[in-house]
Amino acid sequence: MKKTLLILTRNPLSLLGLILVTIIVLAAVFADFITPFPEHVGAVVDFTNFNQPPHWPNIFGTDLVGRDLFTRVVYAYRVSLILAAVVLIIAVPIGVAIGLAAGYLGGWTEYVLMRITDIFLSIPPLVLAMSIMGLLEPTLTNGMIAVTAMWWPWYTRLVYSITRSEREEGYVLAAEVIGASKLHIMFREILPNCVPSIVTKMTLDFGFVILIASSLSFLGLGVQPPTPDLGSMVADGAKYLPDSWWLTVFPGLAILIAVFGFNLIGDALREILGGDQ
Amino acid sequence: MPALVRILAKRLATSLVVLIGVSILIFAIARIIPGDPARIALGPNATADAVAVLRDKLHLNDSIVVQYGYFVSDLFHGDLGISLYTNRPVTRDIADFLPATLELVFVSGLMMVLLGIPLGVLSARYRGTWIDHTIRLVTLLGVSAPSFVWAVILMLLLAYFVPLFPVAGRLSDGSGFQPITGFLLFDTLARGNLHAFADALWHVILPAFALALSGIGQAARLVRSNMVETYNKPYIEMAEAYGFSARRIARRYAFRPSLIPSLTIIGLDFAAMLGNAFLVESVYAWPGLSKYGVAVILRKDLNAIVGTVLIISAMFLIVNIIVDLLVSVVNPRIRLSERPA
Repeated sequence: MKKTLLILTRNPLSLLGLILVTIIVLAAVFADFITPFPEHVGAVVDFTNFNQPPHWPNIFGTDLVGRDLFTRVVYAYRVSLILAAVVLIIAVPIGVAIGLAAGYLGGWTEYVLMRITDIFLSIPPLVLAMSIMGLLEPTLTNGMIAVTAMWWPWYTRLVYSITRSEREEGYVLAAEVIGASKLHIMFREILPNCVPSIVTKMTLDFGFVILIASSLSFLGLGVQPPTPDLGSMVADGAKYLPDSWWLTVFPGLAILIAVFGFNLIGDALREILGGDQ
Repeated sequence: MPALVRILAKRLATSLVVLIGVSILIFAIARIIPGDPARIALGPNATADAVAVLRDKLHLNDSIVVQYGYFVSDLFHGDLGISLYTNRPVTRDIADFLPATLELVFVSGLMMVLLGIPLGVLSARYRGTWIDHTIRLVTLLGVSAPSFVWAVILMLLLAYFVPLFPVAGRLSDGSGFQPITGFLLFDTLARGNLHAFADALWHVILPAFALALSGIGQAARLVRSNMVETYNKPYIEMAEAYGFSARRIARRYAFRPSLIPSLTIIGLDFAAMLGNAFLVESVYAWPGLSKYGVAVILRKDLNAIVGTVLIISAMFLIVNIIVDLLVSVVNPRIRLSERPA
């Protein structure tokens, strides 16, 4: 772990990724202290200072009701990071357990589990999340449910393919011979060998969950106002292009930078730890 | 039986199982939601009688299994029910909006293959040099933003600041062109109207590129990593020892075997564009499925939602079958596996 972190800091690109992600996480955690107008996170209105281009102290400009855009972007990061963390904490264990079971047990279990996985994978990810989200009420919790529902199959796929090849390895056969239980073999013998790939994928996915969640709210199927959200900020601002460009450009770049940061780290991890494809 | 026919048959069978599963899944999601769809469709001012009549018409009083039975039997008659939003058959709505979306996705997919694969090859051939580093950084940026962000940025730069491309729509105002199939690039050529063809092409480039950017990035990154792996194989060293040119080695020995594993994933990315098209269409006011899809979702128009998702998933499966077949054609190990001895 320590060694991995050391290697990450040595490559300029992964170092950049680490710096970006650290800044974003710290900003989100300490949003109350670093933003100039923390009260603008709610339904505040200031018509004396609305729709202004970037100027001091509103470095990203102000939105259509006069709220500081920088403040809202930082708080939107907080919402996005929490959402991504919750989605992965729920989706990864589900996907991993199903992948292990399908890969190790084989036979009918494998056929049924993998076909169910295929079904989820054959609805384009965004469309599946959209339909779930639209049919439930668009709230933060339901957004998490919708994204989780589309995310677990990718971990099932990943763990399944690793388990399939590990199943025939000597250490698994040895464990079988001395009478270890199936659960023990799956979770104590095979799972540790999947961990590097899972960690790599989770790092990349942290960015991609943020990306998908922002896409949902861009379509009006995500977090509802006044909660700040990067996707809905872009959607609202897009109506006022090109004159009020700051309304879309800053939230849009905010998504890009966050996802880019996680991708840089994930890419480097893939080279160090191997795995994921 | 020839290998290709057998693969096709097997894939079709699996896809059918998956498609039935998709229909059950989406049907189940649509029916377990809270609230009465009939009440939502008619609005809060409708009388209880009107709601009861609609409930009866939609078979909402039967059990969910019976409802699914009705749905499947209608489906076999090419009937996806009436959209409560447009009051027209869902199949007709989809037939109206789908061509625009497919045209956009098709042009995007073409860009992904024609730009993504060469970029990946270039990056792998010059691995470790500044060419490689630049391509890797640019492609990573490409995959790091949702397509609506690229759509907004490209629109701002290339339609407003430097007005090279139109801001919205599929044809210039007042072109008066009457479409035949709804695929404008095809229709304009079929009518021999080259001016309208150029106009349609000019309109599709920017949205298609915004949609393609993440796919281009994925394809380039994938081809690069597969090809770099191939470059480490002993037979490449052998080819170098023979004194073959770098160009020949790249083309014949490194690229071909790297293409096969890349194609499958590129197929998946292409299919994902069907979903992402929703995001780009709404920025460029592209008259495709997006506006319809979002509208019916927000109105909880069950028939229309189930129909739209089902059609998109069917497209997705068809694309994947085509890719699988392509892979088997490209891969000599499959193509030649059952040749008579």
